[in-house]
Amino acid sequence: MKILHTDVLVIGGGLAGLRTAIGARRRGLDVSILSLVPPKRSHSAAAQGGMQASLANAVKGYGDNEDVHFADTVRGSDWGADQDVVRMFVHMAPKAVRELAHWGVPWNRVQGGKHNVIINGQPVTLEESEAAHGLITARNFGGTAKWRTCYVADGTGHSMLYNVSDQAIAANIPVLERTEAMALIHDGQRCYGAIVRNLMTGELFAHTANATCIATGGFGRIYRISTNAVINEGMGAAIALETGVATLGNMEAVQFHPTGIFPAGILVTEGCRGDGGLLLDGDGHRFMPDYEPEKAELASRDVVARHMEYHIKQGKGARSRFGEHLWLDIRLLGEQHINHKLREVKEICQYFLGINPVHELIPVRPAQHYSMGGIRTDAHGQSPQLQGLFACGEAACWDMHGFNRLGGNSVAETVVAGMIVGESIADYCLSEAGQGMIDTALVKRFLQQEQDALDGICKSKGTEKASELIKQMQTLMTDYVGIYRDGTNLQTAVSELKSLLERSERVGLQSSAPGVNPELVMAYRLPRMLKLALCVAQGALNRTESRGAHTRLDYPQRDDSQWLKRTLASWPLGASSPTLNYEPIDIMKMELPPGWRGYGKKDFIPHPDADTRQQQVDAIHRKTQNRFERQQALLPFHHLLPEKFHQNNARFQENSEGESP
Amino acid sequence: MTQDSKQRIPVNESEPNSRQLTFEIFRFNPLDPGSEPHFDTFTLEETAGMTLFIALNLIREEQDPSLQFDFVCRAGICGSCAMLINGRPDLACRTLTQALPSTIRLAPLPVFELIGDLSVNTGKWMHGMSERLQTWVHTETEPDLDAMEAAMEPALAEQIYELERCIECGCCVAGCGTAVMREAFVGAVGLNKMARFRLDPRDERDDGAFYELIGHDDGIFGCMSLMGCQDVCPKALPLQTQLAFLRRKMAFAGI
Repeated sequence: MKILHTDVLVIGGGLAGLRTAIGARRRGLDVSILSLVPPKRSHSAAAQGGMQASLANAVKGYGDNEDVHFADTVRGSDWGADQDVVRMFVHMAPKAVRELAHWGVPWNRVQGGKHNVIINGQPVTLEESEAAHGLITARNFGGTAKWRTCYVADGTGHSMLYNVSDQAIAANIPVLERTEAMALIHDGQRCYGAIVRNLMTGELFAHTANATCIATGGFGRIYRISTNAVINEGMGAAIALETGVATLGNMEAVQFHPTGIFPAGILVTEGCRGDGGLLLDGDGHRFMPDYEPEKAELASRDVVARHMEYHIKQGKGARSRFGEHLWLDIRLLGEQHINHKLREVKEICQYFLGINPVHELIPVRPAQHYSMGGIRTDAHGQSPQLQGLFACGEAACWDMHGFNRLGGNSVAETVVAGMIVGESIADYCLSEAGQGMIDTALVKRFLQQEQDALDGICKSKGTEKASELIKQMQTLMTDYVGIYRDGTNLQTAVSELKSLLERSERVGLQSSAPGVNPELVMAYRLPRMLKLALCVAQGALNRTESRGAHTRLDYPQRDDSQWLKRTLASWPLGASSPTLNYEPIDIMKMELPPGWRGYGKKDFIPHPDADTRQQQVDAIHRKTQNRFERQQALLPFHHLLPEKFHQNNARFQENSEGESP
Repeated sequence: MTQDSKQRIPVNESEPNSRQLTFEIFRFNPLDPGSEPHFDTFTLEETAGMTLFIALNLIREEQDPSLQFDFVCRAGICGSCAMLINGRPDLACRTLTQALPSTIRLAPLPVFELIGDLSVNTGKWMHGMSERLQTWVHTETEPDLDAMEAAMEPALAEQIYELERCIECGCCVAGCGTAVMREAFVGAVGLNKMARFRLDPRDERDDGAFYELIGHDDGIFGCMSLMGCQDVCPKALPLQTQLAFLRRKMAFAGI
């Protein structure tokens, strides 16, 4: 039996995993990373538009600070987020941007003086302060009160990933490229590492560790139409679920991005709309202001995606041989802007659509984009159920996004969570609890179990084809568990998915090629993807309300009286469906009690304690002198952060009392 | 501004193309003692908007489940899927079949270690290059994360990004005369990175330090100026200008 051991095992080589590994390494721990692909090929690279951090350097960001970012994020989440985690996040985001600047990310900078932009379809001249010249600038994004999204043209994720990955190389952190975690080694109480498969040779081995961190991203590929990379099959979340102990939070909270190019579903950034691009229907009419007079194209993604689908259902879509879609118009931004700030978008249009967006419209339709749900962790990133198991980034439900993530908050989460969880892991490994014996008999049992499972698939005489079943799953998810949901369709999805899960036990292979055998890979991932899909569909069926991206036609209102709580899915060993439990979100601790989001539907069923909490909050507002004091009185969060991150963030034009002109 | 939206016809609405495509695909599984390098032929009916990503997945689903290839983003940004397409290195995911003749010959990139069929280990090569050339910002200062960031000229930030757009796909290495002959040559990808860090004021290395890393025949002086790299770069990076500039600077640094 081959066993590798390090203090820390990070599963996933994208931004979240890399930043976590660097943090733990800098505390003197031995760290290794497993990655399905070379780290620089991770899906983090696909984040185009930017990263939110309240630097307030650009004129349209003046007055921005943590409080404004906090309120935007909580409203975006439709009050599904953990507000203490949101507080940790907004406090850390400026530090993360500045760390990345130090590591080499060439953030776009403020150009002092006048410049022309497009706002709400009209040309506007802005004047940037000469004193801010050269500081990190920001663009507009959906669901935000200020221009807060720091960016590197439309290759933000690429630039961040390359510089962070190079820092990991500088720190001499080994990455086992092209390896897959097949199972977590655990005894029901504590996690001891993972069973790993080499995706070049097919070899199976054990990698033990005192702390294991899953940072494997989202599970978009359980859907047919998704902006996600083909590796985003949720295997990290799935092996956590398969422990029977760890839980997945809010799996029904799935984001659909308004602008996937049609029909391929490849993303074009929200920066297109942030920079002034418009959505047009089949008649060339700009329809979003009809639905959202306040924010138009720049309401949150869930709201814009819903209006787009609704508009298409009203017969207003443009028609093509592949079906109906809408148009994204960035022509008004001009060639210079597109060539410099939206060049990846231009390339994608040229190569995949054969069009030039400087002169032509881009066909778009909402596509699955992001998994708000994932492995439930506490504020430190550790699983509340399985000690020694950590998770961060999209794979985790930390939970700062609730039922809808704001654009620009995901790459920000990857590095912020990495900075925090890297420290948590180091604290854990260096503590008494983090020590402990690793039982080699247990390791051997898990290794044998995985080997037997693979051998079983290879020897199976089953006639089902994994590729066929995956397609059926993806179609079910897109058709029945998509943007608009209802009880009947969700019930159908649940029963069909259960039947697919049964059929997945009868998958047989045609190929017995030695090595990785791509057909075998698909066969063992299939039941894991189906389990995730069932968590999503069952969670959506049970949640009889509409919140954020979860939209029930048969329960159109947000229902705070019944559903101010987080779904926790677990999969007991040997079960054929998930068990759902619920974790209340305490309204009496909220810094921002539930209300209207500022866009989208105005009616909701209030929580009985909403008024009481609002009165408490108002009283604290009256009693306190400045924003720091007020915030401390409402929702203290510094104790949850590593001490080195406790300081306030310096900001252009802001004094030490937190006031800006 | 919305006048011509109804008049234009996007490419995906053109008439269906019913060509029969013939794929000649390189096959070899180094882990299979019975496997010999050869080309297999597959035929497929072309559909509108078909890319090599779609075609190869169809072939694997319907004709040969053992076929090995690499795709990740399928959007032309991650650099996983570079291969020889009718002899020329390019990204398979964003190559439309309609841009190719009806016989399409696919082979793995040369120079890199073969994993199987069309899959090569570019990751290992790139990682080795990064370690050798130390492709990260070298600085002695610890950042103060609570303080305002240092200012940078907006135009300089854009210039750095221009060079940072490289996706390490390996096309420039596969298209390079020197790389085929000199195993240790760092390629345009490596030299471009040196140009990127040299441009970056946050990197405290001077030309002497860069000369140590690339002032030899496996570095900048190995380049024969054949310009193959620039011809095949999917991101259209200004590689030849950068390499020529770097050669001049390194020649001075070497004196």
